[in-house]
Amino acid sequence: MAITEAQLEEILAKYPSKLQKNRKKHIIINNQECGAQTIEANTRTAPGIITNRGCAYAGCKGVVLGPLKDMVHITHGPIGCAYYTWGTRRNKARTEDLAQNFINYAVSTDMQESDIVFGGEKKLAKVIDEVVENFHPKAITVSATCPVGLIGDDINAVAKAAEERHGIPVLAFSCEGYKGVSQSAGHHIANNGLMDKVIGAGTMEKANGKYPINLLGEYNIGGDGWEVERILTDIGYDIVAVMTGDGSYEDLKNAHVSELNLVQCHRSINYIAEMLEVKYGTPWLKVNFIGVQSTIETLRNMAEYFGDPALKARTEEVIAREVARIEPMMEQYKKVCEGKTAFCFVGGSRGHHYQGLFGELGIDTVLAGYEFAHRDDYEGRQVLPDIKTDADSKNIPELHVNQDPNRFKLKLSPEKMAELKDRIPLSYYAGMYVDMKEGTIMVDDLNHYETEEFIKLLKPDIFASGIKDKYVVQKMGIPAKQIHSYDYSGPYAGFNGAVNFARDVSMGFASPTWNFIVPPWKEEPLLTGKVNAEGVA
Amino acid sequence: MLDATTKEIKERTSGGVINPAKTCQPIGAMYAALGIHGCLPHSHGSQGCCSFHRMHLTRHFRDPIMASTSSFTEGASVFGGGANLKTAIKTIFQVYNPDLIAVHTTCLTETIGDDIPNLIKTAEIPEGKKVIHTNTPSYVGSHVTGFSNMTRSMVNYFSEATTSLKKEQVNIIPGFVNPGDMREIKRIAKLMKAPFIMFPDTSGVVDSPMTGEFQMFPKGGTTQAELTDAGNSKLTIALGRFASSDAAEQLDKKCKVPTATLKTPIGIKATDDLVMALRQAFVTEVPYELEEERGQLVDIMTDTHFHFHGKKVAIFGDPDIVTGMTELVMSLGMKPVHILTGTPGGAPGSTVGSFGEDIKELVGMAGIDANIKAAGDLFTLHQWIKNEPVDLLIGNTYGKFIARAEDIPFVRVGFPVLDRSVHSYMPIVGYRGAMRLVEMISGALLDRQDRDAADEDFELVM
Repeated sequence: MAITEAQLEEILAKYPSKLQKNRKKHIIINNQECGAQTIEANTRTAPGIITNRGCAYAGCKGVVLGPLKDMVHITHGPIGCAYYTWGTRRNKARTEDLAQNFINYAVSTDMQESDIVFGGEKKLAKVIDEVVENFHPKAITVSATCPVGLIGDDINAVAKAAEERHGIPVLAFSCEGYKGVSQSAGHHIANNGLMDKVIGAGTMEKANGKYPINLLGEYNIGGDGWEVERILTDIGYDIVAVMTGDGSYEDLKNAHVSELNLVQCHRSINYIAEMLEVKYGTPWLKVNFIGVQSTIETLRNMAEYFGDPALKARTEEVIAREVARIEPMMEQYKKVCEGKTAFCFVGGSRGHHYQGLFGELGIDTVLAGYEFAHRDDYEGRQVLPDIKTDADSKNIPELHVNQDPNRFKLKLSPEKMAELKDRIPLSYYAGMYVDMKEGTIMVDDLNHYETEEFIKLLKPDIFASGIKDKYVVQKMGIPAKQIHSYDYSGPYAGFNGAVNFARDVSMGFASPTWNFIVPPWKEEPLLTGKVNAEGVA
Repeated sequence: MLDATTKEIKERTSGGVINPAKTCQPIGAMYAALGIHGCLPHSHGSQGCCSFHRMHLTRHFRDPIMASTSSFTEGASVFGGGANLKTAIKTIFQVYNPDLIAVHTTCLTETIGDDIPNLIKTAEIPEGKKVIHTNTPSYVGSHVTGFSNMTRSMVNYFSEATTSLKKEQVNIIPGFVNPGDMREIKRIAKLMKAPFIMFPDTSGVVDSPMTGEFQMFPKGGTTQAELTDAGNSKLTIALGRFASSDAAEQLDKKCKVPTATLKTPIGIKATDDLVMALRQAFVTEVPYELEEERGQLVDIMTDTHFHFHGKKVAIFGDPDIVTGMTELVMSLGMKPVHILTGTPGGAPGSTVGSFGEDIKELVGMAGIDANIKAAGDLFTLHQWIKNEPVDLLIGNTYGKFIARAEDIPFVRVGFPVLDRSVHSYMPIVGYRGAMRLVEMISGALLDRQDRDAADEDFELVM
């Protein structure tokens, strides 16, 4: 069921007039006949709007840095920021040396009033010293929170001095929460720091195995990365580094030796992908391991890139085996899901990725959007030159890298590159828009009010989003699936993940609990009975 | 699990925290504000604060937590957030239409010094609507302080002494507890026939029923009229010094309502204190129903004392809850040997003792020499446990890592509990709450005994 422009106007009419015009630009009713449609994205959320968005610190420390398991991540600020990024994202990690796995630790400078007044640099230096003394990590990160930038603590200087004292890398990230307009700013800041200080710091010149690749933008939520690794290793790929789920400083510093970079979450990691191409001549491939068909297509594109017939044959073998194994399981769930509709509003890439998996289950996505994506994630990277920088995006420093004089090597001839680009998404992402059907809706930074209104109009059977709107939606009697944390399930990636997802979504539909919402006394009148001869019940 | 934590304790003097046992003020203010009927909490700061707090509260309560944000940008941080707040207030009333907005600050807006009362004065507020505020600098105190500050602001903004004689009613400030606890305290007050005003009261807000319809402002919450009338009550009972006494003292100052600050009524002694306070204030007999519950509790405690006696316990969490739990485990004959809160020790502005002294006195009565720390962290607690092992760990969900690392039975109590459900509906306060705790503790201990028993020692009856 599609909605009309008039219905959309009616929803927006509730807003103050300036906000009406603003929000209109963030909502597109898909009409591909009229040519490319433009959406506004990565701009400010109006104050007072109940948004799902977070901050730059959440994107930097919470998303990109946090999963790096062998580094101790120090949050410089009052206690809350470290607290809320402690174990809440489900980025799993394991290490051989158990004492070098810091994934379950949260370290904060716990700034007090006196630190705000007199500065927190000395305290930060001391905390770094204590971290080294207690944990002996290979490297440390320091992430700034709002007050740090305001009081002018020079975390770069503190980090530099600590590096000299302890002889290990100490990376400083100025990811104060007020920077940019969402988590997205923090992704960029983290990308810059890792590219500048870690990637390429290793001494490896050549990968150990055949078909060396990096997996970028995979955060191992619920073990997604491990399922992807299972498949790739089975086919014969050598995974050099994962950024950053179950990732490590040790692997990351040698990421320059890969022959191809896979990009799963385009939004959070495309900066590193681009810079790796400039610096080392390694192209990146937009991959999608969510959904059976997307996984198959991704595996074939990878084999196509390397062009080795043996690799292609092995890829087909693994695909055939996996599909034969999971198909019967998927079939039973499809029966439950067939013909249903979904809203899919997540982050910066999953809002797109999960539409394919929903489709395989017979669920139509009628509304989709991203919390913090940019225009290219909706419309495709061809719009990049048209995206205007504004006051908020200008605040995020751009890191410019050059060709590495020793390590730069074109992995493909320009002719081969051009030829491949015609067939596979090499160093290109087409965005969500092209995969969405006519009449569906694309909403950027969907907020609480619009969520309620669109649900009333479109009555989806399932709502895929995050924890903050989950129970709002379920109170309406509609199952809500957390696509950020998978409702504590997973993995959802790859072949096994597709089955898990199908099972969990089916559970949402099939659960008997929905049947109890209306109490029996609301459906039966209080007075029942027959009238007898005396007229008394 | 937590394999980087060593038994050897190296003194840390930086003031930094490893694995916190507290979070920052704003989340407490947000939770307290949800306890006013028709209120939308508003976070004046960066978007991340509001997002984090809503995430955590939602995960604890598994219910919608509605709150808005001023969505700061770098520009607002430099030039002040006045325009953001005024725009926010206008938009919120137009789009979400709450009865009132409760603004709390963040470390950002405290650092730049936004003058909230003046900003509110110049904001466009529709007729009949209200905006209140509290200051919650994240770099002072903890989430408990934030709860306390918002609760005190309710007094500041609403409470009035309008009658010449105080009314035969009591204010009850429940503290940072679950709606299940608030319901139980109200039940006890009703049984005692004590007319009361509870504030804040999040029952009916964050434990709202499934009806097939979403209500942004559910039925529950203290009404504005009740908050105003709190100034006419003849007594305020503040439950939990850290979360509740500031508001009570403010009521005394502003409206001459005398205060009785009691422990959070966890366990038999603290519940007795609450019942006695109500009995005395309203000169009313304790009804048989309560006396029966109390007797049942004592019966249970006596019948099962051998499950508990002499067992060593580590307890962490919020100071009011930890105090109550310490007293409860002691009443069972257990030995609390490690007691820690992340919240700094003395309630800001309060003249009554400190956490460390209070707990020392409490355990001292049983001759127990315990490790006690305020403003501590879970890294410290873990190291204490490595040096003096315990039979049981009691605390919020974050304790599960230590419990697993050291293979200790673990009972989840307090805020937040993120990995188990139903807890927010069920009380830990009152006689019935104590029964529940006894059941939880004995379940944890005996499940462990069963797990560890050799086949020949595996018992049918325990």
